[in-house]
Amino acid sequence: MIKFTDVNYHYKQQSFHFDLEVEAGSVVAILGPSGAGKSTLLNLLAGFITPVQGEIKINNGSILKQAPHQRPLSILFQDNNLFTHLSAYENIALGLHPGLKLNAEQKLRLHTVSEQVGVENLLDRLPAQLSGGQQQRIALARCFVQDKPILLLDEPFSALDPVLRVAMLKSVKSLAKLQNVTVLMVTHHIHDALSVASDFVFIDRGTALAVEKITYLNTTHNNKQLVDFLSAEMNR
Amino acid sequence: MPLINPLTVFVRLLKPVQIPGLLLSIGIFLFVLVAVNALFAYSPVLEVTAILSDPYYRHITTFSFYQAALSTLLSVLFAIPISHALFRREFRGKALLLKLFATTLVLPVLVAVFGLLAIYGNSGVLAGIFEYFDSILPFSIFGLNGILLAHVFFNLPFACRLFLQALNAIPDKQHQLATHLGMKHWNKFRFVEWPQIVAQLPHAAGLIFMLCFSSFATVMALGGGPKSTTIELAIYQAIKFDFDLQTGALLALWQICICSVLAVFIQKLSRSSSLTANYQGPKNTFYHDSWLAKCWDFSWIIVISLLVIPPLLMVVIAGLNTQFFVVLTDIKFWLAFKNSLLIAFFAALIAVSCAFFILLASRQWRLIGLNGYADKIEMLATIILVTPGLVISTGLFLLLRDIGHFSSLALYIVIAVNALMALPFVLKSLSLPMLHNAQKYELLCASIGVFWWHRFYWVEWKALRRPILQALCLSFVLSVGDLSAIALFGSHNFSTLPLYLFQLLGSYQMQSAAVIALVLLVLSVGVFIVVEYLFKERRTQHD
Repeated sequence: MIKFTDVNYHYKQQSFHFDLEVEAGSVVAILGPSGAGKSTLLNLLAGFITPVQGEIKINNGSILKQAPHQRPLSILFQDNNLFTHLSAYENIALGLHPGLKLNAEQKLRLHTVSEQVGVENLLDRLPAQLSGGQQQRIALARCFVQDKPILLLDEPFSALDPVLRVAMLKSVKSLAKLQNVTVLMVTHHIHDALSVASDFVFIDRGTALAVEKITYLNTTHNNKQLVDFLSAEMNR
Repeated sequence: MPLINPLTVFVRLLKPVQIPGLLLSIGIFLFVLVAVNALFAYSPVLEVTAILSDPYYRHITTFSFYQAALSTLLSVLFAIPISHALFRREFRGKALLLKLFATTLVLPVLVAVFGLLAIYGNSGVLAGIFEYFDSILPFSIFGLNGILLAHVFFNLPFACRLFLQALNAIPDKQHQLATHLGMKHWNKFRFVEWPQIVAQLPHAAGLIFMLCFSSFATVMALGGGPKSTTIELAIYQAIKFDFDLQTGALLALWQICICSVLAVFIQKLSRSSSLTANYQGPKNTFYHDSWLAKCWDFSWIIVISLLVIPPLLMVVIAGLNTQFFVVLTDIKFWLAFKNSLLIAFFAALIAVSCAFFILLASRQWRLIGLNGYADKIEMLATIILVTPGLVISTGLFLLLRDIGHFSSLALYIVIAVNALMALPFVLKSLSLPMLHNAQKYELLCASIGVFWWHRFYWVEWKALRRPILQALCLSFVLSVGDLSAIALFGSHNFSTLPLYLFQLLGSYQMQSAAVIALVLLVLSVGVFIVVEYLFKERRTQHD
C-alpha cells in the first residue's frame, strides 16, 4: 500500500536512501539509533520534505505532488500537537474543517471518536488544563476524525511513563484496527514495538532494511547492526 | 553539480505567504527613498566642508552630541542603583510604580513637558516654594537644564526597566549559592548582579543615545533659543520658518549620515531583547539585610518616585481647572481631537498590518535558518529610524504639491509618516511572538490543512490577540502624541491635540494648555485600559 521506490534525500552532508513497502492494515514500528533517519522517513511520507529523486506511492498513486494536508495520512508529533489557545473541542474540530464550521454529521463523528479515545468529558478544557497523556489523546482524536487511511506516530508518547505509554499505544492499535488504519510508528523502545507492532523496519545510517514481521525482531537476526542495537536497548 | 543561480534558489525558497510582506518592505523602503530624494533635489551633494566650516552648524552638531551624551550618562548611571533597589525591595505600590515607568516612554512628549513645567517651571511648584522663603528659583528650565531633565524623565525609567528585567533573570539558585558562599552586598553586586546589568548596558545606552540625539519635540518646547538647538530642530526651522529647502536638505543629509553610523554602531553592540509590559520576576530571596542597606535602597526609590510621579500628578491636578468646560466646548478643541483620533487610528492600523505581513515573510526565513534574509527585510522597513520624520513629510509634500490641495493632502501625509514612525516599535514587539507561533504550529497547520484566512483567525489572531492589540495601542499612543510629523503641516484649519497644546503653551494660555495635556494623558493611558477591557479573554462554549 505504501511504497518507497529508490527514494533519495540529502540533508547537511548526510544522505538517506529508502526502498521499502508497507502492507495495508499493518502496524509498523520504525526502529533505529538516533540520527539514523527515522523521522526523515516520516517527513518524506508526510510531505514536509521532498526527495531529490525516487517515487513514493500510496495505493499505486504517486503522492509527491500533493501538499501535506492533501495526502491520505494524519500525523501525531512528539509535541506541539495542540493549539494551546484553543479548547480541546476546537482542536479536534480543526481536523474536520479549517474554519470550524461543522455540519451535524461531522459533529456526531467528533463525539463518537472522542468517546472511543476516552476524552468526551474533557472537550471544554484548554490544553493547559490537561495532563500530558490527555493532551496526546485529544490530538489522537483529531487524527481519527480526519478519517485518513494512514496514521504516522513520531514518538508522541515518549514523554509519558512506560505503563501509560504502552497503554496509549494499545488503544491506538485497537482504534486503528476498528477503523482499518495503517500505522507507522517511530520508536526507540524495543518493548513498545514488541507489544503493539505487527511488523518492523530497521533504519541504520540513512538506509532502511526491508519491512519484516515483528517475530523476526530478536538477537538471532542476521543483521549485525540490528543485533547490536537490540542488545544495547535491552540491557538498558 | 550544476551551478545554481542564487536568484533561482531565492525564488524557489519563496513561499506565496511571503510575497505581500516582501513587496511591502521594498515598497516602504522605496517610498522613503523617493520622499528623501525629492528634498535632496535641492541639495545635490553633501558638502561636509560647508557644515564643518559654518560655526552655527558646527555648534548644533556638537550640541546634539553633547546633550545626548549627557542625557544617556545620567539616565544609565542613575538606573543602576535604582533598578538594584527596586530589585531587592518589595513594597506597596511597586507594581503601580513599574506601570508608570512603562508609560513615560510612550507618553506624548508635550504632556510630560507640561508636567515638568508645572513642577520646575518659572511659575511652577518649586518656584512657589522658593518664593515662600523669599528667594528665587536658582535655575531656569529652559535650555540645557530642561532638555536634560525631560530626557532623564523619559529614559531613566526605561533604563530601570531594562536593568530590572536583567536582574530578574538571575536564577533563584544563584541567590542561594551567593548566600551559601557568604557574599554580602558589595560582593554579591560585583559577582552576581553587575554582570547581568553590564550585559544590558551597551544596548540600553545605545538606544537612549539615539532617542535623545534625534529628539525633536522636547528640544522645541524646552530649548528656549538658538543656543540649545539640535540638528533635527534646525531642519524644522530651516524648512518651516525660512522655507530654506537647501539648508533643510543639507542638514537632513547630515542627520541621516550621523544616525546611520550610530545605528550600525548600536547594531554591533546590541543583543536583541524584548521588553514585557508588566514583568514581575521571581520573589527575590534576600538574606543579608541590614538597616543601612534598607536606607540606601529606599532613598533611591524615593528619588525615582519624586522624579516620575509629581509631573504626572500635576498634569491631572492642573487639568481640572476653571477652563475645563470652556476648552471642551470650543470647536477648535473638537477639530483637533477628531484629527488626532483619525490620524492615530489609521496610523496604528497601517503600522500593525504592515508589520504583520512583513513578519509573515521574515519568520518563514527564520524557520529555515535564513536569518540574514529575515534581518534584511525587517531592516528595510525600519529605515525611518535613521531618517527624520520631518524630512519624509517635507519630501512627500514637495512631491505631491502639484497633485492636490495643500490641506487635503496634509492629513494623509501625517497618517503615512506616523505609521512609518510607529512601524519599528511594532515590528520589535511582534517579531518574537509571531516567530514562536510559527515554530510551534507550522508543521501542524500544514498537516491538517489550515491556511490563509483560517490560519490567520484560528492560529495567529486567537493566539496573538494580546500582543497584536498591545502593538495597536502602542502605535496609537505614539501617533496621538506625535508632534514632529504635524509640526510642518499644522495651520489654523488643521491641527492635532499636541499641536494645539504647543500653540497654547506658546501663547502662555496655561490653563487651557493644562486641560489639553490632561485629555492627552487620559487618551494615552485610557486606550490601553479600554482595549484590555473590551478584549478580555472570553471562553466560548461549544454545542
